[in-house]
Amino acid sequence: MSAMLHPALSGADLLGLFGHFLVLSLLAIGGAITTAPDMHRYVVAEHHWISDAQFSASIAIAQAAPGPNVLFVAVIGWNVAGPIGALATMAGTMLPSTALTLIATRWGQRRRDTRFVRAFKTGLTPLTIGLLVATGWLLARPYVDFSARGIGAIALIVVSIALMLRTRVSPMWLVALGAVVGALGWA
Amino acid sequence: MTAPAREAGERDAAGANVSPGPTSTSDLFFTFNRLALQGFGGVLAVAQRELVERKGWLSREEFVEMLALSQVLPGPNVVNLGLMLGDRFFGLKGAFAAVAGMLAVPLVIVLALTAAYAEYARLAVVSGALRGMGAVAAGLIIATAIRLMATLGSNRLGPPLAAAFAVLTFVAIVWLRWPLIWVVAGLGTTAVAIAYARTP
Repeated sequence: MSAMLHPALSGADLLGLFGHFLVLSLLAIGGAITTAPDMHRYVVAEHHWISDAQFSASIAIAQAAPGPNVLFVAVIGWNVAGPIGALATMAGTMLPSTALTLIATRWGQRRRDTRFVRAFKTGLTPLTIGLLVATGWLLARPYVDFSARGIGAIALIVVSIALMLRTRVSPMWLVALGAVVGALGWA
Repeated sequence: MTAPAREAGERDAAGANVSPGPTSTSDLFFTFNRLALQGFGGVLAVAQRELVERKGWLSREEFVEMLALSQVLPGPNVVNLGLMLGDRFFGLKGAFAAVAGMLAVPLVIVLALTAAYAEYARLAVVSGALRGMGAVAAGLIIATAIRLMATLGSNRLGPPLAAAFAVLTFVAIVWLRWPLIWVVAGLGTTAVAIAYARTP
């Protein structure tokens, strides 16, 4: 039924959507989420296919659901044009980066004992860790302030970190805890 | 590309759980399916735990190296990681088995949730739950980063310099708001050049 809410996209629009995500795929260094601002520009600001709120909710839903965060791309496509939209954005996002990753990884694997490939990995490892902390930070920031809920969110973040590091509890239970605490209005 | 996953020199010195790797493409498919379905708020934290701590397919060092590559290459990080790991053990078939395992079921779930969310978005309970899950997801990523920091100790750059590059990356992204491509081009090139000079 929600299909009726989707604006009717012409074949040319769908092709444009696919093409845009195809290009973004190759720019998505550091993960698909890094191109979210440009997806927003295209589907919200330029074409008005979905609203600002729908765009934000698309990302939040994909994060709350199990699976890789890249699925937010499928959700955006779905909100724009239903199943065919999801197919367009998801295929556009996956095809170029998949091909490039396979080519690059094979190239690197054949040369993994060379000085350059070893230095490449050694040099980039610290950046990876800095980038992970930055991602965590940016994800946390919208929830953190000095209101009661903000402090609840800080507590939730600290407890998640501590339990992840100190126990073998599955992250799934921590997310469930977050859902309950959030639903009660404490975070 | 069914090269053996590891050689003696690459072993985890800490002696984390070590196994020769997945037994088949369906082992890959179901392992990635399992870890994706546990991956609320992103798969990375679970992937580290499953592939390194539980299955022992990769050492911590191998995991962080693979992750480094998957972050530098365009595309979703965990998907790239799945492609690389699958390809390393079972070639193209393995790569697609890992990614299919990771995406198929979660895709159906997330689209079903999208349809449902349109109905219930106005409820405070639902938006509150989303907030709480988002906060935990952030904590999980930070915890994964903290666990992987241990690998900086054996980094050939030396721990102080390696830590400095990690901190600079954080500052460049969070405070200076540099586009990632600048960070990789600037800090990444510098770090790789220093590592190259120090690599025998």
